[in-house]
Amino acid sequence: MNAGERLTDANFPAHPEKATLEGKNKFLGFWLFLGGETVLFATLFGTYLGLRNMHLDGPSGEELFSLPLVFLATMLLLTSSLTSVYAVLSLKQNKVRSLQGWFLVTLLLGLGFLGLEIYEFIHYVHEGHTFTSSAFGSAFYTLVGFHGAHVLFGILWITTLLARNWNRGITLSNAPKYYLFALYWHFVDVVWVFIFTVVYLMGKVG
Amino acid sequence: MKKWLQKGRFLSLFAMLALLLMGCGDPTLSTLIPQGEVADKQFQLMLISISIMILVLVVVFVLYAFVLLKFRKRKGDESTPKQVEGNHMLELLWTVIPILLLIILAVPTVMRTFEFSADAKPASKNELSIKVTGHQYWWEFEYPKEELITSQELVLPADTKVHVELSSADVIHSFWIPSLAGKTDTNPGDKNKNYMWFDTGSKTDVVYKGKCAELCGASHALMDFKVRVVSKEDYKNWVAGYKAADEKSSANADGQQVFEKNCLSCHAVGQNGGNTGPSLTGFGDKDRVAGILEHDKENLKKWIKDPQEVKPGNNMPKVNLSDEEIDAVSDYLLGLKLK
Amino acid sequence: MATHESHKKRSGLMDWLTTVDHKKIGILYLLAGGFFFLIGGLEAVLMRIQLMEPDSKIFTGELYNQLLTMHGTTMIFLAAMPIIFGFMNAIVPLQLGARDVAFPYVNAVGFWLFFFGGVLLNLSWFLGGAPEAGWTAYAPLSTVAEDTGVDFYVLGLQIAGAGTLAGGINFLVTIINMRAPGMTFMRMPLFTWASFVTSGLILFAFPALTVGFFLLMFERVFDANFFNPDMGGNILIWEHIFWIFGHPEVYILILPAFGIISEVISTFSNKRLFGYSAMVFATVLIGFLGFMVWVHHMFTVGLGPVANSIFAVATMAIAIPTGVKIFNWIFTMWGGQIRFSTAMLFAVGFVPTFVMGGVTGVMLSVPAADYQYHDSYFVVAHFHYVIVGGLILGLFSGLYYWYPRMFNRVLNETLGKWNFWLFFIGFHLTFFPQHWLGLMGMPRRVYTYMSGQELDGANFVSTIGAILMGAGTIVLLINIIISASSKYATTKDPWDGRTLEWSMPVPTPEYNFAQTPLVRGLDALYVEKTAGNGEMTPAEPVGEIHMPNGSILPFILSLGMFIAGFGFIYSNWYVAGAGLGLVLITMFLRSIIDDHGYHIHKEEVEADIKGGRA
Repeated sequence: MNAGERLTDANFPAHPEKATLEGKNKFLGFWLFLGGETVLFATLFGTYLGLRNMHLDGPSGEELFSLPLVFLATMLLLTSSLTSVYAVLSLKQNKVRSLQGWFLVTLLLGLGFLGLEIYEFIHYVHEGHTFTSSAFGSAFYTLVGFHGAHVLFGILWITTLLARNWNRGITLSNAPKYYLFALYWHFVDVVWVFIFTVVYLMGKVG
Repeated sequence: MKKWLQKGRFLSLFAMLALLLMGCGDPTLSTLIPQGEVADKQFQLMLISISIMILVLVVVFVLYAFVLLKFRKRKGDESTPKQVEGNHMLELLWTVIPILLLIILAVPTVMRTFEFSADAKPASKNELSIKVTGHQYWWEFEYPKEELITSQELVLPADTKVHVELSSADVIHSFWIPSLAGKTDTNPGDKNKNYMWFDTGSKTDVVYKGKCAELCGASHALMDFKVRVVSKEDYKNWVAGYKAADEKSSANADGQQVFEKNCLSCHAVGQNGGNTGPSLTGFGDKDRVAGILEHDKENLKKWIKDPQEVKPGNNMPKVNLSDEEIDAVSDYLLGLKLK
Repeated sequence: MATHESHKKRSGLMDWLTTVDHKKIGILYLLAGGFFFLIGGLEAVLMRIQLMEPDSKIFTGELYNQLLTMHGTTMIFLAAMPIIFGFMNAIVPLQLGARDVAFPYVNAVGFWLFFFGGVLLNLSWFLGGAPEAGWTAYAPLSTVAEDTGVDFYVLGLQIAGAGTLAGGINFLVTIINMRAPGMTFMRMPLFTWASFVTSGLILFAFPALTVGFFLLMFERVFDANFFNPDMGGNILIWEHIFWIFGHPEVYILILPAFGIISEVISTFSNKRLFGYSAMVFATVLIGFLGFMVWVHHMFTVGLGPVANSIFAVATMAIAIPTGVKIFNWIFTMWGGQIRFSTAMLFAVGFVPTFVMGGVTGVMLSVPAADYQYHDSYFVVAHFHYVIVGGLILGLFSGLYYWYPRMFNRVLNETLGKWNFWLFFIGFHLTFFPQHWLGLMGMPRRVYTYMSGQELDGANFVSTIGAILMGAGTIVLLINIIISASSKYATTKDPWDGRTLEWSMPVPTPEYNFAQTPLVRGLDALYVEKTAGNGEMTPAEPVGEIHMPNGSILPFILSLGMFIAGFGFIYSNWYVAGAGLGLVLITMFLRSIIDDHGYHIHKEEVEADIKGGRA
């Protein structure tokens, strides 16, 4: 069977994302990639923890962070993770329109999150908390910014993926791609949960 | 009996090694000719570890030579060797024996590591405390109790435990006097101050060589310093003389004028002068120009004329002086002697 | 139903630029890595010439620091690792019984990223000076330097490192997912096992370096303050990050050499590897412990006696699995019939040399004594014993061993022996005296030393040794040139091999195995030689073979990174944006162009089999 061919309910495999060797390889390779990404973020977290009190004359995290705003951002991202789960459920049931719908919602929520983050950063810069103002500033923007860049990349990814496959249905070739995007999105979400805890909650508590 | 024999053999190996290693190198520089308590204990550790390791090497090499000679393919031998999977007994053997050897090594390792990291405060009057600051490419030594600052040359009384606080004014350097003690890094930033101690040994009137042991820039290789160990009596005199010195301690009025006009803002003599460059108090008594050149007028002039030529990348500016002025200021500096 | 759309046969340069064939990528890695090896070697010889005599003034100050920085960086990132990747690419899929790696396209991306990263870094020589802060680039020395050298270091290595990470993931997936039927984990040849563990180490070590490089780059390009104590930064962050990567890196380098030595010793002793499972376990254990010992590079940094002691004991522990390996090699030879081919000579030279590097490693793990050894020539001697005496001898051994499989010719054995003896004797002459230099008080990374410190003699001998090593390398070059100009094709199995890579004809068909082989035990080919007819039993009928298409996109993507690198180095945001834009465009093109590869017809495969080509 050609991997690019639209799957029907009759020939739909139980795990379309792992039905071909290519799919299996991508599945495993992506998990490993996320393992490497974990080390990447762990190193960033370590750096941040080492420098988070080094705000010098600038405002400290406690003075800066506004929990309601960050909480809203967190809810947006958590919800988007949920909607991507629904998209993957649709994938497994060969419901391509529903899959597209749920991923579109995911995309919009991601955009919302990114918008809030940009607003937040602009606000901080006005408060005198910039990338170069102190070691705390550098570490904060690097850690949170790396996460933001991951969100942005995810948005570009799902946009391309949806646009390219809009009229194609679910195939053995695109099923792993949808699946991996969802996996990536969950990972980005989990990293955010840690950022929320380590940067914002711990920052607020002192 | 057998145990005793083995112990005896081990000891004789130890003694032979010590003989072999001792006397290697310059007695004011080599770690193999230790002159103080810390360096001595470090040398003992080296001997212990080298002995264990030579034991390992001998076993491996003998076995290896035997195998290579014995099991060469002979001409005309077309038989197939027996395909052996392995041997659990042997595997166990060469796992357990190294573990035992390493435990023997680990015990003194941990003991000495804790011993050498004592706190920085002198415990008794007989002990000394100094602060070392690394600069690109020179060393600043502060004696807090004696309230004096020297550069490039550390003068210390014999038989004294010295507590050292280390930091850096710019990049990372590492403070190393191989004859007296291993090195410790000097880190920039208050958070990363380091502490160490060493013992000055019993010899007097000896000058040990000190080195920077962390790549710190273009003239890293030239960042030497000297440790002059003198008798306690002489040390007291030196402190008194150092504190009494001022810019008039050299009798060259022309030179003094040039110095005060051009050099004093960075270099202190006595209590006066800036601290961006090394203190030049007692310069005439020192051992080296710029830490590296032979201590004579020719070299001093060369250094003042073009510091970059001597020590690339250093921070001393090329001061615009006429040849006469350089001549005068050199005479002045060489005349700066302690009473 | 199979379609054969869009398969273009490319030839010449275009073929090499677009190839996704692991065998060709292996050759590319080997050539590029070999080229950088020569550059790094030249830098080493220049340094030794400067140090031949005291107070010498040939390469001084900053220039010398540039040489030492580029020597270390080039040798580790641009020579040793790519050559390792070359062998992994050329051999691992064959040893597994696979037709390719898991991600052929990513494989090509990995190579080109490394290549362009390496070129970028080396261009610094012509563009305002090479980096001069050491391969470790300790802050703040690396952050205060005003010229662009360190910028080239950061961006060149960042790009090359991304390629390495991609390669690591690729081999992990290949080894887990693409083994032939019967090729269980515990039947995999040791080189494949070593590649597996090394890839795992790459996966978990390189991202730390990636972050380190980002921090350093931000500090230099965007005025961040991670390492600036005046702004609340802390210099130790860099040292920790660098060595959290740096120590596993050492095992990333040495484990493949262990693998090669295991293959060579087993083959040329005509015996199966003694204690195979212990060897596998030791490899994994070394990889695992490799992550817990980084502080032994930082004993003099002032982390306190508790940290120093813990990391000292952890470091000593690594000696145990390493010792297991040494004895298993010796007992593999025990009772065998040792044939001293050049490949075997290098392996035989490897074992005692590596043991010597190993024992000085244990000595260095004693913190209280390390205060004397640290950053002295003793350390220089130690790590050259393990990296040159270990890794490089291993790579030379692998080169002579696998050359027939990779290039369809055998290297000349007489020249090979000259190569070995010159290099081996030169090596010991160079580095053995350096132990003494260190103990006698000579710090490392110094461009000169004054006479009258009893350091002259050993330094002189060391330089003579370095020249001999250079001569040995030149003999190797001559050997390669001679072999390249001869058209002699070898038999498929010149060494009486034991593993799958010797089971297919020469040259290796582009699909490797016409029929996937059935593996019936450890040393799969040897099993068939003794218990079968000497040929692998196929695990499948002859059929259509699916192949990936070549693509120029990996080259263009890496070129985009190269351009972006220049943009960041010179803070020119248009250039940086254009480069990154090119990267995004290639990624976009890759995702919207459907490329399902092509198929080789059953008839063609059958014709190849009949003609002895498969």
